Amino acid sequence: MVTAQAETQTLQTSQDVVLVRQMVRQKTTDLGFSLIGQTKLVTAASELARNTLEHGRGGRVLIETVQNGHRSGLRLVFEDSGPGIPDLHQALSDGYTTGTGLGLGLGGSRRLVDEFEIDSHVGQGTRVTIVGWK
Amino acid sequence: MERIPILRMGGFLLVTIQIELDDQVAVALQEDLSERIVKTGARGVLIDISALRVVDSFIGRMLASIAAISKLLDAETVVVGMQPAVAITLVELGLSLKGVHTALTVEGGMERLRTAVAAPGANGHRTS
Repeated sequence: MVTAQAETQTLQTSQDVVLVRQMVRQKTTDLGFSLIGQTKLVTAASELARNTLEHGRGGRVLIETVQNGHRSGLRLVFEDSGPGIPDLHQALSDGYTTGTGLGLGLGGSRRLVDEFEIDSHVGQGTRVTIVGWK
Repeated sequence: MERIPILRMGGFLLVTIQIELDDQVAVALQEDLSERIVKTGARGVLIDISALRVVDSFIGRMLASIAAISKLLDAETVVVGMQPAVAITLVELGLSLKGVHTALTVEGGMERLRTAVAAPGANGHRTS
């Protein structure tokens, strides 16, 4: 997988979540994603950006276009230095929530993307990487 | 912070969401609508989301809350104009918006509200 173009956006307010949605929409449009493909990735980005904001106490997201042979895609890396997630298995199951949501954020966004990876350390922070292929 | 306008049309309240919803604006809409229902005695609320290209779990939950709150305040809610890509994404996300009435168009939504409000015993009206 080759990285082509990268951009970083900080996540400190709920307006930043909207900004990330708009950035992902623009990138997926530029890459020629189908409307459903765009909507899924934008929605997953929105969920994860809110997680970073609410559970990770803010952080940032790296947005980069990637290439794998003839396939192009968008990779998003959400990073925070928050409290971390003690039980990842539980956090990924539907209905689990520590905040104000329905607990669909992590598990739900995993279903919306092609690749999903999470790395979390208690007391250090969380990094979630997703990729959507065109 | 931007606020979403709420229009009054006869006995119904009409909300057209035309901006990208951030969480605070969504919460404000919920509060504004609740107050307007009580103040106007509206029997129905129609929310047009045809301009919304994304409905994530927070916005979806807000729509479900508005429907539940309206019900308690003796008003029906219909959400209209959901885009197909949004519907597909919501279901994959795991949010089926149970308890939220929907219609494809504003006309269909108004019709649905009229029927719901006219139905005997609907909306908590005592029939005994």
